[in-house]
Amino acid sequence: MLKVESINVFYGNIQALKGVSLEVKEGEIVTFIGANGAGKSTLLKTISGLLKPKHGDILYEGQSIAGKAAQMIVKQGISHVPEGRRIFANMTVEENLELGAFLRKDKDGIREDFEKVYHLFPRLLERRKQLAGTLSGGEQQMLAMGRALMARPRLLLLDEPSMGLAPLLVKTIFRIIEEINSFGTTILLVEQNANMALSVADRAYVIESGRVVLSGSAEELNASEQVKMAYLGGH
Amino acid sequence: MELIQQLVNGISLGSIYALIALGYTMVYGIVRLINFAHGDVFMIGAFVGFYAITGLHLGFFSALLLAMAVCSLLGVLIERIAYKPLRNATKIAALITAIGVSLLIEYGVIYIRGAQPEAYPGTILPDKKIELFGVTISSQSILILCTSIVLMILLQLIVHKTKIGKAMRAVSHDAEAARLMGINVDHTISATFAIGSALAGAAGVIFGIYYIKIEPLMGIIPGLKAFVAAVFGGIGIIPGAMVGGLALGVIEALVSGLGYSLWRDGVAFIVLILILIFRPSGLFGKNVREKV
Repeated sequence: MLKVESINVFYGNIQALKGVSLEVKEGEIVTFIGANGAGKSTLLKTISGLLKPKHGDILYEGQSIAGKAAQMIVKQGISHVPEGRRIFANMTVEENLELGAFLRKDKDGIREDFEKVYHLFPRLLERRKQLAGTLSGGEQQMLAMGRALMARPRLLLLDEPSMGLAPLLVKTIFRIIEEINSFGTTILLVEQNANMALSVADRAYVIESGRVVLSGSAEELNASEQVKMAYLGGH
Repeated sequence: MELIQQLVNGISLGSIYALIALGYTMVYGIVRLINFAHGDVFMIGAFVGFYAITGLHLGFFSALLLAMAVCSLLGVLIERIAYKPLRNATKIAALITAIGVSLLIEYGVIYIRGAQPEAYPGTILPDKKIELFGVTISSQSILILCTSIVLMILLQLIVHKTKIGKAMRAVSHDAEAARLMGINVDHTISATFAIGSALAGAAGVIFGIYYIKIEPLMGIIPGLKAFVAAVFGGIGIIPGAMVGGLALGVIEALVSGLGYSLWRDGVAFIVLILILIFRPSGLFGKNVREKV
């Protein structure tokens, strides 16, 4: 479904991604784990069109989307839940969700998806007239995910959904990620919380200072000594 | 009674400031730029209205609409040509460019048609004096006030109910997140310039009808005062610009009413200094703290 072919991405003179390649197949949950500053967010931003790769290509359903405008990529079915949630704090929960469906014109479908999102996140329904900035961190994460789902994506990019959340909430969020996946949405998940990420993922990549250093099935990486040492706090 | 009379004058003047201030505040909200050419768009609106009425013999509303259309086109052009290439440049570069655009429009107009002033014909709107509780209000100023109010309500509807309005709010809050929603940021910025400039154009026509005399440098002082009004209300905040404009108009009228009309302009800038000292984020400026 998605193939990233040795992309190089720069911020000015600083190279953030060095020949990163990966593949996401339809229906999978694929996770990218790595430390802060390893290039995880850069990767997602490049896929969703916020950044342009200098070299390499990104193929989505066989077509190149590298360097295309972000709105074209959303239109083709890739939604990105950015790091730090980036909800529109001065708008209501409902307005945030409406903006998620910005490019859609099928009123019935949108109404259906509102119901789906409220079913998935009942808290959002309770607070739908509230300003998004007044929500708790966990609720904001739910809103950011719900907003992305309103575009009816086939591929969902999630950037650090567990960041800053209490352990119990992290569990809830990951349960919901699995639920979204079970409805047929493919997921590319970027996480520092390697434990949780590997527990839901089918396959995983480990990224270190802009390079993929390991990849394999989630079980393989879970068992790998290298990963245990570096990311799972094992000995 | 004198006081109420001044209050009425102040509200009429204030509604003109408010219309101009809205453009300042909307543009600032979305591209964080003080568009110093905005006062000149207001002047262009006044001239388009004047030529539409005297040359094309249009009525008030058609002239108003024409001025709004021309100004919104002008606003979009200014953004595309002058500001868009500088979107990622330093703030000071964009600010200096704005001043340059302002001078270009002012002296471009003088070059084309000369610096001589024009007078709006006084017969466009019926001017009846209405006596109300001992206060004389001209029917003209009521119509002007109503026009301003309708435009402001329309703006609120656009910003809160339409798709483009929601896109504008989203981009002004977080342009990158807005792009992730599929919002075309360039189009949204153009729309903001179009709407803000149309309001300035309307203000120009209204100003001409109310104050009669128009000239190519007429945009400077009202432009600066509308900027004060926008800062007063909290720059980037739409209701703030409306309230700030009205408040500034009333303050000025009261100062004149007290017999200090020479101090009128000075007071506006004293207001600016006081706000910047005591409430830099303006009347409505509250930083919504985001939870992490």
